[in-house]
Amino acid sequence: MIAQRQIDNPVSIAPAEMPTGAEMLIQALVHEGVDTIFGYPGGAVLHIYDELWRARDRITHYLVRHEQGAVHMAEGYARATGRVGVVLVTSGPGATNAVTGIANAYMDSTPIVVITGQVPKHLIGTDAFQEVDTVGITRPCVKHNYLVREATDLPAIVREAFHLARSGRPGPVVIDIPKDISAARSNYSRLDHVSFPFSAEPARVSSDSAHEALEQILNAKRPVLYIGGGIVNSGAVDSLLSFARSLRLPVTPTLMGLGGFPSSHPLCLGMLGMHGTYAANMAVAESDLLVALGVRFDDRVTGKLATFAPHARVIHVDIDPANIGKNVAPSLALTGDVKQVLDQFLSMLPEQSDERLEPWWEQIRGWQLAQPLRFSGSQDQIKPQTVIRELHRLTNGEALIATDVGQHQMWVAQFYPFTRSRQLITSGGLGTMGFGLPAAMGAQLALPDQLVVAVVGDGGFQMTNQELATAVQYDLPVKILVMNNGYLGMVRQWQEMFYDRTYSEVDISVAPDFVKLAEAYGAKGFRAEKPEELRDVMEAALRHKGVAVIDVVVAKEENVFPMVPAGADACQMITHA
Amino acid sequence: MQDIQDSRRHTLSIIVADEPGELSRIVGLFSARGFNIETISVGESLDPRWSRVTIVTRGDERTIQQIVKQCERLARVREVQDVTTRPHIEREMALITVSATAGTERQEVLSLVSVFRAKVVDISHTQLIVEASGNKEKVDTFIELLRPIGVTDITRTGHIAINRLAARADANAA
Repeated sequence: MIAQRQIDNPVSIAPAEMPTGAEMLIQALVHEGVDTIFGYPGGAVLHIYDELWRARDRITHYLVRHEQGAVHMAEGYARATGRVGVVLVTSGPGATNAVTGIANAYMDSTPIVVITGQVPKHLIGTDAFQEVDTVGITRPCVKHNYLVREATDLPAIVREAFHLARSGRPGPVVIDIPKDISAARSNYSRLDHVSFPFSAEPARVSSDSAHEALEQILNAKRPVLYIGGGIVNSGAVDSLLSFARSLRLPVTPTLMGLGGFPSSHPLCLGMLGMHGTYAANMAVAESDLLVALGVRFDDRVTGKLATFAPHARVIHVDIDPANIGKNVAPSLALTGDVKQVLDQFLSMLPEQSDERLEPWWEQIRGWQLAQPLRFSGSQDQIKPQTVIRELHRLTNGEALIATDVGQHQMWVAQFYPFTRSRQLITSGGLGTMGFGLPAAMGAQLALPDQLVVAVVGDGGFQMTNQELATAVQYDLPVKILVMNNGYLGMVRQWQEMFYDRTYSEVDISVAPDFVKLAEAYGAKGFRAEKPEELRDVMEAALRHKGVAVIDVVVAKEENVFPMVPAGADACQMITHA
Repeated sequence: MQDIQDSRRHTLSIIVADEPGELSRIVGLFSARGFNIETISVGESLDPRWSRVTIVTRGDERTIQQIVKQCERLARVREVQDVTTRPHIEREMALITVSATAGTERQEVLSLVSVFRAKVVDISHTQLIVEASGNKEKVDTFIELLRPIGVTDITRTGHIAINRLAARADANAA
């Protein structure tokens, strides 16, 4: 059987003028408009890298220092621009190192195409050197994946992969290419003739159900718009703003929805959920109509499902039918693109009095006044919340921010009001430490004139800080703000609150000197240890032309409040220490 | 997520491209999302480029809806139907090895075979292999009745299902 497969290998038989699989791949990528690839070479992708070198005037390859970094960079690139991010890695460990990024993109609906090398076809299944079942490993965390069996299939596969990555609810697609396929010469049909019968456009929401939804919204006494990443992905920001304004509807974004509605707008209640504002969570708890737009009722938003929005009818609009009814059964479901739905609402909007929701707003203002976001200041320690406020002030609220996961992420969500979509790039669903720096680099590359700041913790930073070398190599002048508390802060907070202060394995105070580390990589290091030096140090670092690491030594045991404990209902919110 | 109380058996008929790895995508989805599979059977459909996967699963309405939607998200799945919601015919086949020596034991097996419209497909001095088909309940009952005689092996195909023809609703009744 194995011998038979070896004979089938077409490498030596086809005429030399026919294109190789690698050539077909590169042509197909160029045809998709790809000009940027993040990657890391290895044995199984040598043919592709050889071809990529010849195509270097059309496609710029960014050589990372770890494959996880490549995927996060592609995600940052995709989320900053809405374009499909592209990754190229080798077989085996190259592919497994990419899995975290792929899973992250899957959870956060980020369009990326990851091309992985594979051992030659005749070695598949033999435990060959650097062999791993990449399509098997990635199957649960991709929209689709392919093991390419014939080089002639490549153009069609690439085309469908890009289509799948960006259509409907976006997400990652993996193309696994055996080494002999990238070497094989063969004829292939022109790309124009490639068709893909499998994918259908999402259905349009009927005007009847849109009308019914709007009726419910117009008749609600205590409506709340609960908005998520779908608003950003569908480009619905302007439609949402017009709609919310014309009816004076309160808006609360999820972490992924931040920037989908201006945080500083008077209609915005701030983020909801585990670390959301008191007003947002109370409004949802008392609401009689929750209008869920491009969201998936994540457990970090809902807490205990049985008591989530207990008085509310739910209208759920989402492009992914599987999101509807997964966690919360809506009273009205609109499966479709959220921008289309909002535009339908806008086209049928009647004249309505501004004052109608005034009693509801009065109640909301009461909650806002009773429990605003707050923290206690300090004379001798830098408070992490102050750092984010200062960052907001120094950047006029205009920086693009990327974060990891944890306390620093929540403080960014709370204290940096985002005013435009795609301004925050964070690891929401998967909660990936180490996401921030490479994601910031991908965004910086896409938007060279934009000030891009990676806000990270000292834990997460050490998971991907090798990418400083990449940032320096390609002159991607990101600023890395390390909120350094010597702890895995969010885990420590849970241990303090729910495990009797048993700080089990969260002390990471033995760490490199981040200023020296920055300098070792050829970046510039800054440090602020005292409240009085914070502003000047941050200002100097943000002004620095190149890559800058700002080591901000913050209060060690600060907690993120408010907090709804996991699985509790919103009324059990802990508002301060 | 699965509510055991309202949990009912559903038969899903999934049309998926006949390509390597597609079946494991479906099976993997069931295990990853905590859905269970009671039986599964796969074969060619009318168009040989498409396979029909028949899965019997258990769950309340919401769980079944989730399963259907999650399966429909798969790029190579063309259609998912909950056959149970419409008049349909379900069949399963079983091959059962029974220890029965010549005489009353064998006679008893043969009379059960005749009652259940099963078939003897192999025979030796001490054993018979019988083939039975029907819905799950029929096959279950048949096996239960054979057990006291001495069942030594069972292999079952799992359910296949097809929608009934509207015009002659009982034409193929068992």
